[in-house]
Amino acid sequence: MDNPPLLSLIIAMPLVGAVLIAWIRDDDDSIVARNARNVALWTSMITFILSLFLWTGFDTTTAEFQFVERRPWVEGYAISYYLGIDGISLLFVLLATFLTPLCLLASWDAIKTRVKEYMIAFLVLETMMIGVFSSLDLVLFYLFFEGTLIPMFLIIGIWGGPGRVYATFKFFLYTLLGSVLFLLAIMAIYQAAGTTSIPLLMAFDFPFETQRWLWLALFASFAVKVPMWPVHTWLPDAHVEAPTAGSMVLAGVLLKFGGYGFLRFSLPMFPEASAFFTPMVFTLSIVAIIYTSLVALAQEDMKKLIAYSSVAHMGFVTMGLFTINTQGVEGAILIMLSHGFVSAALFLCVGVIYDRKHSRMISSYGGLVHRMPVYAFVFMLFTLASVGLPGTSGFVGEFLTLVGAYRVSTGVALLATVGIILGPAYMLWLYRRVIFGELTKDELKDILDLSPREIAIFAPMILLVLLIGIYPEPFLEVIRVSVENLIIQAGGAPDGIQSTALLVE
Amino acid sequence: MTIAMLTPVLAEIWLALAGLVLLMIGVFRGDKLTRLIIALTVAAFAVALLLIVGPAAQKAVVLNGLFITDSFAVFMKALILIGAGLTLTLGLGFIRREKMERIEYPVLLLFATLGMMMMVSANDLISLYMGLELQSLALYVVAAFQRDSLRSTEAGLKYFVLGALASGMLLYGCSLVYGFTGATRFDALATLFAGGNGEAPLGVIIGLVFIAAGLAFKVSAAPFHMWTPDVYEGAPSPVSAFFSVAPKIAAMALLMRVMMQPFGALAGQWQQIVIFISVASMLLGAFAALPQHNIKRLLAYSSIGHVGYALLGLAAGSLDGIRGVLLYLAIYLAMSVGVWGCVLAMRRQGRMVEGIDDLAGLSRTSPKLAMAMGIFMFAMAGIPPLAGFFGKFYIFLAVIDAGMYGLAVVGVLSSVVAAYYYLRIVKVMYFDEAADPFDSPMGREISVIVSLSALFVLFFFVYPAPLLRGAQAAASALFP
Repeated sequence: MDNPPLLSLIIAMPLVGAVLIAWIRDDDDSIVARNARNVALWTSMITFILSLFLWTGFDTTTAEFQFVERRPWVEGYAISYYLGIDGISLLFVLLATFLTPLCLLASWDAIKTRVKEYMIAFLVLETMMIGVFSSLDLVLFYLFFEGTLIPMFLIIGIWGGPGRVYATFKFFLYTLLGSVLFLLAIMAIYQAAGTTSIPLLMAFDFPFETQRWLWLALFASFAVKVPMWPVHTWLPDAHVEAPTAGSMVLAGVLLKFGGYGFLRFSLPMFPEASAFFTPMVFTLSIVAIIYTSLVALAQEDMKKLIAYSSVAHMGFVTMGLFTINTQGVEGAILIMLSHGFVSAALFLCVGVIYDRKHSRMISSYGGLVHRMPVYAFVFMLFTLASVGLPGTSGFVGEFLTLVGAYRVSTGVALLATVGIILGPAYMLWLYRRVIFGELTKDELKDILDLSPREIAIFAPMILLVLLIGIYPEPFLEVIRVSVENLIIQAGGAPDGIQSTALLVE
Repeated sequence: MTIAMLTPVLAEIWLALAGLVLLMIGVFRGDKLTRLIIALTVAAFAVALLLIVGPAAQKAVVLNGLFITDSFAVFMKALILIGAGLTLTLGLGFIRREKMERIEYPVLLLFATLGMMMMVSANDLISLYMGLELQSLALYVVAAFQRDSLRSTEAGLKYFVLGALASGMLLYGCSLVYGFTGATRFDALATLFAGGNGEAPLGVIIGLVFIAAGLAFKVSAAPFHMWTPDVYEGAPSPVSAFFSVAPKIAAMALLMRVMMQPFGALAGQWQQIVIFISVASMLLGAFAALPQHNIKRLLAYSSIGHVGYALLGLAAGSLDGIRGVLLYLAIYLAMSVGVWGCVLAMRRQGRMVEGIDDLAGLSRTSPKLAMAMGIFMFAMAGIPPLAGFFGKFYIFLAVIDAGMYGLAVVGVLSSVVAAYYYLRIVKVMYFDEAADPFDSPMGREISVIVSLSALFVLFFFVYPAPLLRGAQAAASALFP
């Protein structure tokens, strides 16, 4: 291997930070906490900078996996330590490395107890997340995929809200239940194909009957992760109880595992089964879009509302993925990316006022614009991005998936559009109730606007949301060839029309 | 008979002699030397380990066909000796504090270990029974070792009555097999059955069922598990720790050898039995552990579940399956030793505590112990990248390979149920308010052994090759 093992380095970097933090010893807890915070932030920044080299060194003209590393690992089985990324995984790796420092900053003051352990858990989580998106071996993928459960279980359970124990158990067991079936599918794949290498498996032709069973087993795992209706119920609980940064990373990155799983496994490896189950996926997606939007309307708790809106957005993702055409898939990837920033930012918006007033109830607030103009602006921006206003990242993705869906079925596109109407309804209503109106509550009279640290967290997210909204080409360029390759593997026909060309028309 | 013929039995002879000498020292010098004798017993185990690993492990059948040594035996004996040595060491602090310093304790465990080694190397129904009884009789006594404790004596009595019943069943099964075939040697039986197209006289089948039932009792597989929770809870903790590791591995080894070698040709007959007890154990281990409040009882049910998973590999009946079982046992050994080390460190104001609630807030009072315990719990739940995951992984791989998809689904689903109670312990340690701290220090031997097993469990995934290779070699010995 000529190149330095960049991917391994990026995966290992947070672990190095975690080990360093574990070494921090001092009698004074506040010094330990301060050092732990700094080490964690710096390692995650270095990880992010390293991951930028992936971006600069990436060749967008090929769908081949790049930065490939391969070493023998499990003797006697054809299982190896096999890493590599294509255009699709590159964006997700960057999403993970980008959000982690922001999450750490967001928990700077909010986490006061056991800071050291918290930072270690977060860095381990980052390693696992990057690993998921860069594994090219099924077993290795599963290792990272499941490995995220342990730190996340602890993050929700130790630093979460009052109902944290119930929420974290539900999160863990729900996910585990789906994942063990995925594990069995991995073994069945290995038995049938004799390899766990993802590139080889993409070219392997499974018989239709086998495909259906394997597809269902994978679906069990990814549908829980996405989450799709009706297995989404763990998500509102987990979000409500998780600490702010936990919600950010959960919505921002962990939910993307499901969509990524569909992209990486279900579609290319089991194209016939995917086509067979597409009506089911469409139905579930439409139900998710409409039903959870309605549920979101009825929420009293801000975090719960945003959690349900996540489920609705993920409905667009699954719909887009299974259209198996260029617009649908590219749109789904862009929604995932945009949702990664927007929902993380929205959870942070809730976190900001929660840190000040310790309430997540919508009814506790009102008229914040009089005291917090900057906050009102930031919240507005992300609200609009979430509802998909043109010019924000949300729009591009939703528009593309709808185009993709329209090309497959008018009915599906029509029903999904209902969600586009409901989205603004619940988000703008939330915004109105929290921000506008008279500032009547006495306890809000002394609330402070965003601190410089909070602005520093929001600023990069705002930039990206606007960049994707106004000029998505750099991102689409990265995924284009990979997506076309994927669509060929999934049995669809990629068309020459560039998605951006559609946007211009 | 020349001395050279005894080379394969060297380790057993050494242990027998060491046991006699240590017993003599103890008898003449009294109980004050118990700690020294424990140390010497552990040293004797270490020497035995060298003796079995040292001479290149060639297959040999000696003592008129009673005794066999092959790479399978070497692998299992190594696990047994390591498990026995570690669990014996773990108990050092306990027996000093709880006034269990009597020389019979290490000597009995030494003879039990000798019995286990005989079991693993048995090549005849007679030597099988002899090994098994040497082990069992010694362990009955040890279970009741705290004479003044009602619980301990009750545990010993229960273990003895039920154990004797199981031995009786086993012996009855052996006699049936002998009556219908006229042979007791494994290789002779194998040749006899090989020509039968997987069929055998009804008497042999009934005998096989009895043998399987007796052995299922020894590995504490459901529905022959009833003694396990009571004995684990009642016996002194170091003894329970010992029970959960070495005897279980020995009995699993025996079960594998008996099923694969003499009765290998009758796989179609015993497979259903093994599948049944495996499924029953997995489900029982998962569900019965849910309402437990006592950590020792919980671990008893958890060990029943683990045996269920290990038996899955045997049910597959393939080389991959057996290799999976061997790996599972090796990983189970590390996890169990570690967990029991943690249990032995649960001491508050000079008294042992056993409630799960007593672990409350352990992550604040002793973070290292809590972390180790957390690692073991996640590993036992089978969460990657910890070693426990790989144990299950190889087993399920073999089961899928054998086409038993339903069995695999039951297995993974029960592991999700089991994950709940392992997580509950993590929850108690990490999420709950802190109770009073445990006594410190917990003892150097405990902290060393617990740390070593935690490191093994944590980093097994980095370089699994050596263990895989060992298990591969050992498993292939059962497949001529």
